Amino acid sequence: MTPDSDSLGIVVAHLSHAYAPTAGTGVRALDDVSLVVPPGSFHALLGPSGCGKSTLLYCIGGFLPVQSGSIRTARGVVTGPGPERGVVFQNFALFPWKTVRENVLYGIGKRGVRGAEARDRAQHFIDLVHLTGFEENFPGQLSGGMQQRAALARTLAAEPDILLMDEPFGALDAQTRRIMQEELLGIWRQTQKTVVFVTHDVAEAVYLADTISVMSARPGRISRSLAAGFNRDSDPAVFKRPAFTELVEQIWEMVRAEVDQARRPALAAPVVAPA
Amino acid sequence: MRIAIRYAPLAILALLWEVVTRLGLVSRALLPPFSVVMVAFWHMLVDGTLIDNAVPSLLRGAAGLALAIVVGFGIGAGMALGRRFQAIMGPLVQAFYPLPKTALVPLVMVWFGLGATAKIVLIFLGCLLPVILGTYNGLRGVDLVLVWSARSLGASRGAVLLDVLLPAAMPQVLTGLRTATAFAFLLMVASELIIANNGLGFLIGSLGDDGAYPAMFAAILTITALGFAADRAFAALSARLLRWRT
Repeated sequence: MTPDSDSLGIVVAHLSHAYAPTAGTGVRALDDVSLVVPPGSFHALLGPSGCGKSTLLYCIGGFLPVQSGSIRTARGVVTGPGPERGVVFQNFALFPWKTVRENVLYGIGKRGVRGAEARDRAQHFIDLVHLTGFEENFPGQLSGGMQQRAALARTLAAEPDILLMDEPFGALDAQTRRIMQEELLGIWRQTQKTVVFVTHDVAEAVYLADTISVMSARPGRISRSLAAGFNRDSDPAVFKRPAFTELVEQIWEMVRAEVDQARRPALAAPVVAPA
Repeated sequence: MRIAIRYAPLAILALLWEVVTRLGLVSRALLPPFSVVMVAFWHMLVDGTLIDNAVPSLLRGAAGLALAIVVGFGIGAGMALGRRFQAIMGPLVQAFYPLPKTALVPLVMVWFGLGATAKIVLIFLGCLLPVILGTYNGLRGVDLVLVWSARSLGASRGAVLLDVLLPAAMPQVLTGLRTATAFAFLLMVASELIIANNGLGFLIGSLGDDGAYPAMFAAILTITALGFAADRAFAALSARLLRWRT
């Protein structure tokens, strides 16, 4: 079992997905999407709401059935969820009846690790996300930022090769989000995971990702992919650099164009550019 | 001390009861004074009347409730997880829901006789729906994302049922069980009032027929206290099981 280096990432080929037809025609959420995420790289999916970026992520996660096309990882063709693909959800999805420690232990236990070894591993990941001292708290007793740290620890503790993140910091306040972004980058540099990160925040995508795919809506397609790569730089003020702000501005224009494009058919009058 | 303050309204009610009857504001034939009722209670407790009647009542109640929990949980879970089972059971549950189960007392007596079985069946029928609905709504309301996160952490489909669906549904299941417990008392007394040769409901009915009102009130207070104790015990168990909901 020595997987090819290129197959350790994610290869999405000609993926289409339509939600169940309700009134005659289904909603085409994804249309012929192809995407290659090299192993160890950080890939952001960016786009206006309703562009299918979360649908794409959930297809990779194996939660939504692949209707046409294919998704492959090092473990082969994706047909359902699997522990090699860890998922972090926007609303954390912690088990509210389990303590932080029990949440983190869940995936470890499912991997067949028990006893002192499991406890040590759980503690390692709790420490990694700076939740030391909150092991016995229930999620309901923690702030949003701390809940997302716990969710990240739980996912990392199951030792996936791939991290799928669905707007993980979207529910957090701006300061917490900034700190979580820095910490995620730190963890990513340490662990070398392959990451697919869904967001609608352009600066967040530019700050975190190697590559950014801008998606268009109805039907969902990848309209452009751009290299960013500021994430290799550990300078905390990287977002103040001209190259950074220029890329943010450039991508902003693309996203705005996508939003206008998506709106146009619904409007009788031509769209007037904002002053 | 805290408990004393919390239940002070009950003490005030007892005092008020005593005062209005002693002052003759209410006829003592209709409402004997609280102290007279307490004396009757003491006599029935000492001569064993209360215990001899409470034990068979509680055994019937417990049997009917336990049966309803097992069967109701099975039906509720089946409906929540199986589309076809839901298609069959849904209309039956809806049709059975508005029927006052006490209306079935004569029928059940005809089918199952005058013994304990008929009463257990009635209590079972009365408790069944709250358990079914609590289980069904609880399981149906589980956030899909919790299931997904368990699956992506390596849980099999079967494991998800025990690890995620059951604990996530627990608050609503317990709410259903609490309603069912109250219904168990209701049907226990109703069935014993109509036909029985022992039990607290029988005791209330026969004392009322004899015109022994202080003793009858004592029996009513006994069943109230038992129902209250059962509900408190249940609330304590719920708080323990749901201590994560802070």
